[in-house]
Amino acid sequence: MTALAAGCPSGLAPPESGGLAQDPSAFVTDAGGHKALDILVRGARCGGCLSKIETGMSKLPGVQAARLNLSTGKLRIEWVGPLAPRRIIETLVGLGYGAAAYDPGDADAAHLKEERSLLIALAVAGFAAGNVMLLSVSVWAGRDMPIETRTLLHWISALIAVPAAAWSGRPFFRSAIASIRARRLNMDVPISLAVILALSMSLFETARGGEHAYFDASVTLLFFLLIGRFLDARLRRRAYAAANALAAMNTATATRLSSGGIAEAVRAVDIRPGDSLLIAAGERLAVDAEVISGVSECDLRMVTGEVEPVATFPGQILHAGAVNLSAPVTVRAVAAADRSLMADVARMLEAGEQKKSSYRKIADKAAEAYVPRVHALALLGFVGWLVAGAALPHAVFIAVTVLIITCPCAMALAAPLVQVVAAGRLYREGAYLASGDALERIAAVDHVVFDKTGTLTLGDPVLLVGEVSDDAIERAAQLARASRHPFSRALARHAGVGLVARDVREYPGQGVCGMVDGRHARLGTAKFVGAPASAGSELWFAFEGAEPVAFRFEDRIRPDARLAIDQLRAMGISAEILSGDAEERVAHAAQVCSVSQWTSRATPQSKAARLEALQQAGHKVLMVGDGLNDAGALAGAHASIAPGGAVDVSRLASDCVFSGDSLEAVVRIVDISRKARSHMRQNFAFAAFYNVLAVPVALAGLATPMVAAIAMSGSSVVVTLNALRLAGRTGRARAVQP
Amino acid sequence: MNVLVFMIPAALALGGLGLAAFIWALRTGQFDDPQGDASRVLQDDDRPI
Repeated sequence: MTALAAGCPSGLAPPESGGLAQDPSAFVTDAGGHKALDILVRGARCGGCLSKIETGMSKLPGVQAARLNLSTGKLRIEWVGPLAPRRIIETLVGLGYGAAAYDPGDADAAHLKEERSLLIALAVAGFAAGNVMLLSVSVWAGRDMPIETRTLLHWISALIAVPAAAWSGRPFFRSAIASIRARRLNMDVPISLAVILALSMSLFETARGGEHAYFDASVTLLFFLLIGRFLDARLRRRAYAAANALAAMNTATATRLSSGGIAEAVRAVDIRPGDSLLIAAGERLAVDAEVISGVSECDLRMVTGEVEPVATFPGQILHAGAVNLSAPVTVRAVAAADRSLMADVARMLEAGEQKKSSYRKIADKAAEAYVPRVHALALLGFVGWLVAGAALPHAVFIAVTVLIITCPCAMALAAPLVQVVAAGRLYREGAYLASGDALERIAAVDHVVFDKTGTLTLGDPVLLVGEVSDDAIERAAQLARASRHPFSRALARHAGVGLVARDVREYPGQGVCGMVDGRHARLGTAKFVGAPASAGSELWFAFEGAEPVAFRFEDRIRPDARLAIDQLRAMGISAEILSGDAEERVAHAAQVCSVSQWTSRATPQSKAARLEALQQAGHKVLMVGDGLNDAGALAGAHASIAPGGAVDVSRLASDCVFSGDSLEAVVRIVDISRKARSHMRQNFAFAAFYNVLAVPVALAGLATPMVAAIAMSGSSVVVTLNALRLAGRTGRARAVQP
Repeated sequence: MNVLVFMIPAALALGGLGLAAFIWALRTGQFDDPQGDASRVLQDDDRPI
């Protein structure tokens, strides 16, 4: 390997400094000696990274293929022989990239398949639309064309359009049938109806040598609509992959102890109730488990929101998300369902899911208002022309042209295109939407509830300076560097790189002792160092021949939390804090963020109940939280947002996940959602206006195929342009290609 | 107008060829990593990868 600087050689991304979070061997697939591993690589940006990583990988013994997908950051390695998977990750980290093994899973492949089939359908519809339009333009232009030639051109159009529409229209037909079965109307019903009617009527007209055939309208309509569908599918896949990548960087594998005492790495999904697991210091628990042996402390901030670590004891139940701090413990996995907290969370998630599925999207509301009216108008036209003395075929022709020209091309594109553009803009800003209608729900909120730990705060304690001398900090840091306790780590982070004390011993739940500058020193609880007992986030340091001193810590509030809350307030959204942490810390956070309404020591149930009460009072609540204790509230809220570091359950329960340390992301998400909603409304207003103009024309029998083609394409283009305005000035060119 | 007998099938065949080529390219994964492929073309080949 050449002596390259760590990380991206073009300097497009800073080198990643990641410790080894996990043992990747659980993710290796082994087919008769041929092993393969999928890894998510973070920080690879350019061709230099590509060759650096692939060259580096192929130099490892036994590696046969290493291919990095620069667009997705996924690296696949295939090798034979005894190469340890850990070496692969270590090599990547050594090159200066972040690396995490992951399970490719079925969901990803299913998304990709859907996207591909939509793209093929789009290509077929595009081919048909282009060629049929070519033939149609000839018919419209050649007014003196013999009837035989015109009929021949119509037959050729039919030969292209009918199979193409039958094939590429399947996504719409399927959705329309499903919607009718559920006794609801969605936009796909009038679309399918218009396509089928237009084709049937055109075939009939062609067979009797008539002048007007709408083959071009039906395939062009499908072509436009498929563009929207495809972009939507692609964006959803990317957002899903990005949110998963955030999760992959956090998930850890577990170490399972077999009956013979042999430790093996397994994926969290492979753990069965009753398995014995070894949880090393610093490791995050992947499943709920009961402590069997070992004395340690656990950081439960992800579970309860409490910052203060708790001591563990045999028989204690720990929930997924707890981080073991000071010493290894052995635990036994328990089934998630048989313990109250998880069962309650699951129940709350289900209740929230039901509530969300009953939400009616703007587009569905529009469809339900629109479809009966248009169909009634078509019927009116049919009856009217019959009464006026027209022949039956002509009356049918009028009714069908009404359905074709009002065919909700613009209506159907109005919402999805805006959603695609808005979601693309959010994607570029590091926020990943779970669904399109999340935008509508986020746009409607008027009250926001924040969790404190990990949401308003950064989640890591920070040393409060100014009360102790630098000398004491430097000495204490020598002990702190040897410990995994969050306070010790905060102290070590503050002091920076330096010496480590000798003869260090750690007493779980109490502290560490060792030799500093040749003298005895102790760092830990007040009791451990022999100081008067006191409460609060403190760490005591006793140095031989000196009075014990206390270090105080705080869970630092995100620097822009106050600003974000002020901005939300300016947008007419009131804020509230709902935390599981102790009263004084919540009060402090509320004061710093200038929030007057706060609740401390909230349980998952009381959080969900508070949200229910707020919504009963008529508020549309946005929940922002990350812990297991927030999951029920996230699912039950009108809309919800989770930071990227959230536990899996909470991430999945949320409508949107944002990455990065800045809470301003929440403001951006709400802002873009509101803009998206107003653009959607503009689009619907325009589509309705278009129909008001088009329907009389069709009813009067003036809607020739050429008028229909121009009107439908024109309205679709206007709606598309209006949606693209949302992309923002910088992102306009890449609006749909994040 | 007799020329149409040749011109329309020829036009359709050429268009169909393009469509088939696109579907083939899509199915063989040539659009899976546009960014990576753009970089790969610039890489030196005088070193075993």
